[in-house]
Amino acid sequence: MEISKSYFADERHGDFKEIGQSRQRSDTAGHVRGITPFYADRHVPGLLHLRMVRSPHHHARILRIDASAAERHPGVKRVITAMDVPHNVYTVLSLINIGPEDEPVLAFDKVRWLGEPVVAVVADSERSAYEAAALVRVDYEELPAVFDVEDALKPGAPLVNEYHGQNYYRYDSGASRKVRLGDVEAGFQKADYIIEERYDSSPIEHAPTETTGCIVVPDQNNRLTCYTGTQAIFFTLDNASIILDVPGQRLHFVGGTAGGGFGGKVDCTVEPITLLAAMLTGRPVAFIYNRYEEMQISSARAAERIYIKDGLTKDGRIVARRVRCYVDSGAYSRHSPYGAQKAAAHFPGPYTIPNVGIDCYCVYTNRTPSSAMRGFGVTIADFALEVQMDKLARLVAMDPLEFRFINAYRDGDMKAHHQLTEGAALIECMQEASTWANWPVDSRYLKMSSRERKG
Amino acid sequence: MAKQRGRGVAAVNYPTGMNLGGDPTQALVHSTPTGNFIVSLSSVDLGQGIKSVVAQICAETLGVPTERVIVDTADSDTGPHCMGTFASRGTHRAGNAVIAAAKEARAVMLEVAADMLEADSRDLQTDRDGNIHIVGVPGKSVSVTDVALAAHFQQGRSISGRGMFFIPRSYPSPTDGAMKPSTCYAHACTIAEVEVDTETGEVDVLSLKSVYEVGRALNPKMVEQQLVGGTWMGVSHALYETTEPYYPARDHACRDFNEYLMLGIGDLPKTEIRVIERPAPDGPFGAKGLGEMCANAPIPAVANAIFDAVGVRVDSLPISPEKILRALLAKESSAAA
Repeated sequence: MEISKSYFADERHGDFKEIGQSRQRSDTAGHVRGITPFYADRHVPGLLHLRMVRSPHHHARILRIDASAAERHPGVKRVITAMDVPHNVYTVLSLINIGPEDEPVLAFDKVRWLGEPVVAVVADSERSAYEAAALVRVDYEELPAVFDVEDALKPGAPLVNEYHGQNYYRYDSGASRKVRLGDVEAGFQKADYIIEERYDSSPIEHAPTETTGCIVVPDQNNRLTCYTGTQAIFFTLDNASIILDVPGQRLHFVGGTAGGGFGGKVDCTVEPITLLAAMLTGRPVAFIYNRYEEMQISSARAAERIYIKDGLTKDGRIVARRVRCYVDSGAYSRHSPYGAQKAAAHFPGPYTIPNVGIDCYCVYTNRTPSSAMRGFGVTIADFALEVQMDKLARLVAMDPLEFRFINAYRDGDMKAHHQLTEGAALIECMQEASTWANWPVDSRYLKMSSRERKG
Repeated sequence: MAKQRGRGVAAVNYPTGMNLGGDPTQALVHSTPTGNFIVSLSSVDLGQGIKSVVAQICAETLGVPTERVIVDTADSDTGPHCMGTFASRGTHRAGNAVIAAAKEARAVMLEVAADMLEADSRDLQTDRDGNIHIVGVPGKSVSVTDVALAAHFQQGRSISGRGMFFIPRSYPSPTDGAMKPSTCYAHACTIAEVEVDTETGEVDVLSLKSVYEVGRALNPKMVEQQLVGGTWMGVSHALYETTEPYYPARDHACRDFNEYLMLGIGDLPKTEIRVIERPAPDGPFGAKGLGEMCANAPIPAVANAIFDAVGVRVDSLPISPEKILRALLAKESSAAA
């Protein structure tokens, strides 16, 4: 890797001794030798194992739960149902006053996605827990399910989540998080070309090497220590405290070294139920997702459907952009209302467009809940935006890189979410890429600067 | 039937942090009796190296070598609050908190040293090799170890500091969406070269050249590891990854790494990285968050290169061989019609 020092040389002062040095990582020796301890490396005497009984249906009413055979199974210490969870219906973002609480730790009246947890079985071996989980009988009445974000918004669609009352998250701005700048319809009037395109993505798994999980150990002082791979220690502790209705001082969370996260370990899906199992049994308990659970049960990166409508002039300027973005949140909110909002702030991308209308919808479907992932609200938006830029350039017969220079944002430009651009460097990245990768552009683009709007 | 080559470009920006719920992180720094320094945090290391980078930030601020800094994270009994490791915020938020804590600790360290040297603390400087000198007086110095020992056992002072970094919550306007959701923005431009097999639909990414603007590369090797890893994740997203290959239908849901396809060792493109630094005024030594954005530009760059190669657009991720072949067939039949 090379640092190209010719850009912004006058802003890059500083005489450092430690900063800017490629010191070897302090954890390298442990990582490369495979001896760094992770949460699952705790060897605790008397450890119990938790397995989940999960919904076999996408959407169904729960008629009856019969766990008596599981309770009699050898090795089983405890069967946990929704009635055992003190504050069963929760939402992780209630900590920042984003509601409503919309997700049960254990389902009780109905299930809303294939794989939703219904009953937890705690046994003295993993085998016994798996076997007992298979003995739990749940009777369901199947309900019609909806899987497509736009179908979910149509009148008459099956209602996924009663806590919302409709199949979208209701913002204070209405059904979508809205961003408005200028007059987008007037902008389209001034355009020589108008083009609308649709982009789609499918759910993506974080696929960390270390699967989601935790080990909880009760101590001699009536406290519980939770060894976890969470990406957010206090966020998870505070959510567990609410769900279990126990004061925070009884909880001790230890983590800090995760075997990959990518945003997939901020949902608090394992810690509360494992803490509860340890409280109910007085024994240490492990709940560690197997690979199937990591793939299909843990939150995914949301699938998105994005429509981008652009107004373009013959000389290659985008004069208006309208975006409709549907984020497939699955059956519950988790962090998705936040991600859809982050997407709203990210559109229309690093370009200065005077007339912008953005609507981002957080939509509920009968699917594994989605949540945060690296590039939350941005990664799929960038795919759509940058393929769109390529199409626009070809529409006006311009070089795709030159087309981006013409529209690139610069310091002082107004962004769609009403913030002035500061510290821009898109132009300089493109200049360096152009010369380095031998993608020639007209010399006037190489003289542009992000610091001033001229050229 | 042939293998056809193409080239594509994409350029992106990326926000550091996300303060639509308020964004605080704290750090504590204290010295041991022999002049090593403990940074207490509750930030999580996901493999990106936060422990190492905050050690360097602390060492630079204190004026001691990095190897004298030990990072203790993340234990809710000992580490002060951190929102968590996400939103490209770790280095920026925790880094700023560590700077604040280390500044406070440094001030005490220099006061203790000033007493020992019978000087004014304002006239002292650290040499970053573990000694404190009086400016302009050669030979008048004291080691950080001796300063820490004196603080503990003679002067009865705690060489320690508290650091807080906080971005207040921004509430979006319900009418026009005016909001300040994040702090500084990082930037990237990727140029991808691909080869598409029109018989199988397979895409081979031949090379990626990516330029990233990161504010400041605090530890260039660690910047590189994160940028290269993210670049590969982007390529993997572009071509392979999904848990539901026929979304929105739920069929063929992937259960394990045999079914969930990712970029393998044999698929890695030639990956080259260049870095530009435009320091952010609010960043620790100017650093911006770069953890997430490195995966973003490669996805559309690869998509645009595929179009350049074979003249079909696949506007849904992942761009699988099946989708490419279907698009090529559709193009052929529309040309024939």
